[in-house]
Amino acid sequence: MRVALFLTCVNDTLYPDTGRAVVNLLTRLGVDVDFPLAQTCCGQAHYNTGYRHEAEPLARQFSDVFRGYEAIVTPSGSCGAMVRELYPRMGERARAEGRGDTLARTLAPVVPKTYELTEFLVDVLGVTDVGAYYPHTVTYHPTCHGLRGLGLGDRPRRLLEAVRGLELRELPGADECCGFGGTFAVKNSDVSAAMGTDKVRNAESTGAEVLCAADNSCLMHLGGTMTRLRTGMRPVHIAEILASTEEEPLG
Amino acid sequence: MSSRDAILGRVRRALADVRQDDTPYDEIIDRSYLREHGHRSVEETVDLLAENLADYRALVHRCTEEELPEVLMRLLAERGSTSVLVPPQLPPSWLKAVDATRVHDRANSTPHELDRVDSVVTGCALAIAETGTIVLDGSPDQGRRRITLVPDHHICVVRVPGQVVSSVPQGLERLDPARPMTWISGPSATSDIELDRVEGVHGPRTLEVVLVSGQPRAEVVP
Amino acid sequence: MSGTFVGMPAFPKAAHDAVNNPTLRGNLRHATHTIRAKRAKAVSEVSDWAALREAGKQIKDHTLRHLDRYLVQLEESVTRAGGTVHWAADADEANRIVTGLVKATGESEVVKVKSMATQEIGLNEALEAEGIHAYETDLAELIVQLGKDRPSHILVPAIHRNRGEIRDIFAREMSAWGRPAPDGLTDTPAELAEAARLHLREKFLRAKVGISGANFMVAETGTLVVVESEGNGRMCLTLPETLISVVGIEKIVPTWQDLEVFLQTLPRSSTAERMNPYTSMWTGTTDAQTADGPRTFHLVLLDNGRTDTLADQVGRQALRCIRCSACLNVCPVYERAGGHAYGSVYPGPIGAILSPQLRGTASEIDASLPYASSLCGACYEVCPVAIDIPEVLVHLRERVAQGGQVTRQGTKVVLKPAKGHAAERAAMRAARWALSHPGALRTGQRLASRTRRLHPRALPGPGKAWTGSRDLPAVPAEPFRDWWQRTQGGKENGK
Repeated sequence: MRVALFLTCVNDTLYPDTGRAVVNLLTRLGVDVDFPLAQTCCGQAHYNTGYRHEAEPLARQFSDVFRGYEAIVTPSGSCGAMVRELYPRMGERARAEGRGDTLARTLAPVVPKTYELTEFLVDVLGVTDVGAYYPHTVTYHPTCHGLRGLGLGDRPRRLLEAVRGLELRELPGADECCGFGGTFAVKNSDVSAAMGTDKVRNAESTGAEVLCAADNSCLMHLGGTMTRLRTGMRPVHIAEILASTEEEPLG
Repeated sequence: MSSRDAILGRVRRALADVRQDDTPYDEIIDRSYLREHGHRSVEETVDLLAENLADYRALVHRCTEEELPEVLMRLLAERGSTSVLVPPQLPPSWLKAVDATRVHDRANSTPHELDRVDSVVTGCALAIAETGTIVLDGSPDQGRRRITLVPDHHICVVRVPGQVVSSVPQGLERLDPARPMTWISGPSATSDIELDRVEGVHGPRTLEVVLVSGQPRAEVVP
Repeated sequence: MSGTFVGMPAFPKAAHDAVNNPTLRGNLRHATHTIRAKRAKAVSEVSDWAALREAGKQIKDHTLRHLDRYLVQLEESVTRAGGTVHWAADADEANRIVTGLVKATGESEVVKVKSMATQEIGLNEALEAEGIHAYETDLAELIVQLGKDRPSHILVPAIHRNRGEIRDIFAREMSAWGRPAPDGLTDTPAELAEAARLHLREKFLRAKVGISGANFMVAETGTLVVVESEGNGRMCLTLPETLISVVGIEKIVPTWQDLEVFLQTLPRSSTAERMNPYTSMWTGTTDAQTADGPRTFHLVLLDNGRTDTLADQVGRQALRCIRCSACLNVCPVYERAGGHAYGSVYPGPIGAILSPQLRGTASEIDASLPYASSLCGACYEVCPVAIDIPEVLVHLRERVAQGGQVTRQGTKVVLKPAKGHAAERAAMRAARWALSHPGALRTGQRLASRTRRLHPRALPGPGKAWTGSRDLPAVPAEPFRDWWQRTQGGKENGK
């Protein structure tokens, strides 16, 4: 199976460890992973800020780069939801604006082949025990686009529960947004910060060492809040936990 | 141009992109939702009605047709009611044991006159078990909407199982939209203070529902 | 994330004060969390919720797509049943019509059922200007009116007030409006409700004119439906001699049967009850012999921006709204910013898509509302008519940032991009250019990595919006793509 890693521009630039973790994890599970270097950004920030027309060339480029693969795997619920939910909508809007079917046809091939990492593991590879070892207490925040957009359900939880040494703690108010929301974090920074603080306080109340999520954008916001509040907790992407083994533990 | 024509013109222009569809309305809406929730025997449906009425703080009583005058007399006496409003065609036998003064609602009765009456006794059009709702439709055994509103104590008699339906869809099927209607689910209540439910604001603060069956049966107060 | 993205519009300024008001935060948190759990339970009792939600969506969509036909049918039905139908293109016209109707009765006071439409048009103020006193009779509306306050929630306009504050308002203000609050009034909800009962009773019993809105209007029968809890609605709908109902044109459903959907979904979504205590349904007027309810009934059909909203292919779904307020109760932004920050009688997520459509995006507040969301999707999930609020929010952001064709007062106009978005637009374009060229992206990443020791912990200017409350992430020594190339995807040792 030819699988492409769609890492996302944020992870590529700021969280290369997450990318390495996905590569290690999938390689360990026998998947041949490629990272097409022509990839950049899915256009989510543009689209969600009201610049749909600026997002369109990025979406076309995404399709050009990834359409040849059998599966496209991304360690980001929100970028996964962008491709799966919003690319079809962009095609529909272009059609409604009298611009024909070209955009819809260009984007259609990548939509069903794009998987968020935990979906790919559970649904495509059919594994929940990925052979990971992570001797820490962890609480899991299901990010909004993963939870309500992609409908990841209990997949991340099942994966985490199978990790040896890991103790999972229930996060109070888990399904509430962390307050990141892309440009919302700066356009409405007071509300965003209040939401982030509440989320971090809830995470802290579990006594866990690690706050885990399947999206580094949310973790960037929460991690920045945690250090500011001096909680001593740390944010870790789920890929890094699942990649961690006894032989090669996560640092 | 009248505002009527202006608004209708705006609507038509706004819908320029919409293909007009002449499919009959019955075929357009997917009504695959349930006509009732779960399967219950007739008796279970009546029990559910009693349970849901009580859950929203209605006081529920059960008796037979023969026991009804006795029960109504007792409920009014326990309340200390000295006057009771009577809809135009309440079965006369219902109140035969009642001592309280009967007040007959007239078209020109003022709200202040109604306000001086202690209680009101009515029948109903039907009752809905799943939601614990009684429906009044202004029939002669129920009277005008206002008579079940202004007095602070309402006793509503429901014939079971004949007047009981399971669900909202079944209830609407049996009702005539041309009649003025009041659906009542428990006594007057409010959630306006901290979104906490409190019973008793402007409508009757005490709602008693008497479920009357044909067969003799021990009285149950759930 | 560049600081130049920041537009700094009006909602954030209003939200700033609310976020920093601990009493308000506490009141809102308590109320919204209470109702959230109750709603989830009420909905879970109904196994066919998804089918009811879909049917509700379809009924409303179909009605909106044939709205002209159903408006005409409704007019015929109401007229046949003895009512009089008026049409109001905007708020001013609606207020003129209602004021004229009240004056024709010779009365100088009216009792009102809680109505979003009459709040939207500012009817109370219009009546007051003509010497007519309008008494709000819903408990929460009464709290707002007595407190000279503004509503902050669709269902519970005084949600921002706790019981202690309500007690103080009643004790202080009731005497100026009528019967004073009982001596020694405490803050128990039951006592407060009793005080409202006593205060309003005299007004109900003497009222000659009632004013209401409606939750539904049935086109085939001409039936209007008001869903309520306290009985104040029943008082206003049945005791006065004249009833005037002001209703948005989108409140139509085609058939009597359609109510079977909404009378199941509305109460559970709204007050989280299987059924609300009282629902009133009336069809025109009754004959003199029956004399049940008002002898005169006027229906004022209100446009006021609804047809403009209908003209927008993406935004028109907002007109499906049945005003249940479930989206407010689950919204994390509403919970922290409070209803007043939305600058409209329609707060919360639904307000953020309704106000900028009904009123346009010309004002600072309306242009800021589409951004008052983290797009978390909780509102869409609970909406009983499946309004995709995040989709409309993003669509309206596009309208604000990019401009484009819209309909205002029935006329197509081309909007210019809103002020204050020029820097953002330029940044978005530049980012798009860089991201369309992987080489340019890589150059930027390398520059960031090379200078990473120099990055400040706190950003100046608009960047403070991030660093004011959060630390910035550390920039790694090399971007992922450099590692991939250097190690051939980890196959060669390059850790």
